[in-house]
Amino acid sequence: MSLYVLTMALMGMGIYALIAKRHIIKKIIGIVTMEYAINLFLILIGYRTDGIAPIQDSQISAVELAARAVDPLPQALVLTSIVIGLGTLALMASLAIKLYEKYKTFDMSEINRLRG
Amino acid sequence: MTVVTLLLSKASARIADITAFLTAAVTTVIAFMLIGSPVNTYWMGNWFPPFGITLVYDGLSGLMLLIINLIALLSIIYSFSYMEKYTAKPKFYALFLLMLAGMNGVALTGDLFNLFVFLEIASIASYALVGFGVEHQELEASFKYLILGSVASTMVLLGIALVYAMTGSVNMADVASTLAAMPAKTTIAFAAGVFLMGFALKSGLVPFHAWLPDAHPSAPAPISAMLSGVLIKALGVYAMVRVMFNVLGAAPIYLDIMLVLGAISMVIGGFLAVGQFDLKRQFAYHSVSQMGYIVLALGLGTPLGLIGGIFHLINHATFKSLLFLASGAIEHATGTKHMKKLGGLKESMPVTSTTFVIGSLSISGVPPFNGFFSKLIIILACVQAQQWLLAVLASIASVITLLSFLKAMKFSVFGQVPQAIAERIKEVPFSMAFSMIFLAVMCLGIGIAYLVAGPTFTDIFLQPAADVLMDGLENGSANYIATVLGIGG
Repeated sequence: MSLYVLTMALMGMGIYALIAKRHIIKKIIGIVTMEYAINLFLILIGYRTDGIAPIQDSQISAVELAARAVDPLPQALVLTSIVIGLGTLALMASLAIKLYEKYKTFDMSEINRLRG
Repeated sequence: MTVVTLLLSKASARIADITAFLTAAVTTVIAFMLIGSPVNTYWMGNWFPPFGITLVYDGLSGLMLLIINLIALLSIIYSFSYMEKYTAKPKFYALFLLMLAGMNGVALTGDLFNLFVFLEIASIASYALVGFGVEHQELEASFKYLILGSVASTMVLLGIALVYAMTGSVNMADVASTLAAMPAKTTIAFAAGVFLMGFALKSGLVPFHAWLPDAHPSAPAPISAMLSGVLIKALGVYAMVRVMFNVLGAAPIYLDIMLVLGAISMVIGGFLAVGQFDLKRQFAYHSVSQMGYIVLALGLGTPLGLIGGIFHLINHATFKSLLFLASGAIEHATGTKHMKKLGGLKESMPVTSTTFVIGSLSISGVPPFNGFFSKLIIILACVQAQQWLLAVLASIASVITLLSFLKAMKFSVFGQVPQAIAERIKEVPFSMAFSMIFLAVMCLGIGIAYLVAGPTFTDIFLQPAADVLMDGLENGSANYIATVLGIGG
């Protein structure tokens, strides 16, 4: 239970970094922290205390595996989600570089030509 | 097709045009031929549900597929000439096809996590496309859109995680049947709230609309047409109603939230649009307002409300795309989109100004164009559901829309041509004109088709989609579940 609370606290830290910091790179770190917190939450949902890895070899039967292993489906979902997060991070980083070239600052509060 | 376009375009840039056009044409023709076919499912990799991912084609998916692919085809035709002034045109087509693939996937999928994956594919492609002309404003708009969109996607993933924790499955039909059998839990209500937040941000509803007025004007005109015409509907409204109605089983509280979000978006979007002098920024605020109409109608939950919402969704796709394409044409010819610098375009750009006027009349709800009928159905549905305040607000928002479009037309189409731009205005090339004329004919055609053969039109296009949503509202998606889990292959 405390693990879930800590995961949500991690997400809260990510949201705080996104909202309160003005530096673009710190906002990007906030977004990435938020995404990883949700990935961690997904894995925690599939966790079973003292569980074994969901890999079947010749020494364990399928029934025993189903009773003792951690849930593999959230792990598959998280793999996909990490890759999506990587794609978003690549785009964010390249946008940050381009924004610096144009505006000569990383401070988001000065990048405000679009108003109204 | 994305990869094919990128590879082939090393040979010649023309090939990218042809590849993109052929892709969109094929998908449009397929989507059109599938209208009216019975509900069908496809098991990916022959894994039967709920263990595998299913693709589900029903009335609502079919309609969304038709609109998405048709508007995409017209935008691609438009961008043959429009995108000449940007560099890296093949990369534009590659990103465009990626976005189109993502939207088609969102419309067809029957699995919640697959919905998230396709949502992200389309969103990331659109973040890159908004900043395509890499100037100051485009990059700023793209970054803001990216941040807000990432927060929304993270919320959607949190909702999916919660639903998985409660039901043990991510297949939509399986979740629906499990949730129908278990008593109501607060976790599911929290997941519904988180889903609503995520999808409302993708739709551009107030108070999650902050990215829309920056992103839509800064994008190239065909991308603005795609974003405002289909992306906010496919990723936002369609995903919201699919999850709320068919998966989570629409409790009255969710419908009330949709009513409130829709009502305030309608009014605030309209009011914020009147004061704008930038043509595309005004259209972007109007998108917020019209999304409010659609969500309001869908949140009413009555059969007439569902038909009104879906009809307005189709109509908005046509006239808003038309308006953004026309404003792109105006910017292409005159070099500006600030209203005070434009004027008197109807002599020198007859096609653009005629289609612009048709689009403005459609969105303002003037008969016999299509906007009139869908807004009328929405207001009648509000009255029928005894929501008098919402009917009054819808009418007021419609009048404000008319007011702001009269302003747009007065400044751009009618009036005197300013000296600074007089000598270089000429009509736009054929590919751009073709798309605008096609959309204008569709606006008028849908309106007249509804006027002349209303029940037939409704039965072919609107009723199957509305039936899917009513199925979710009334009998806990029993038909949907039976289709996906019962038959298949």
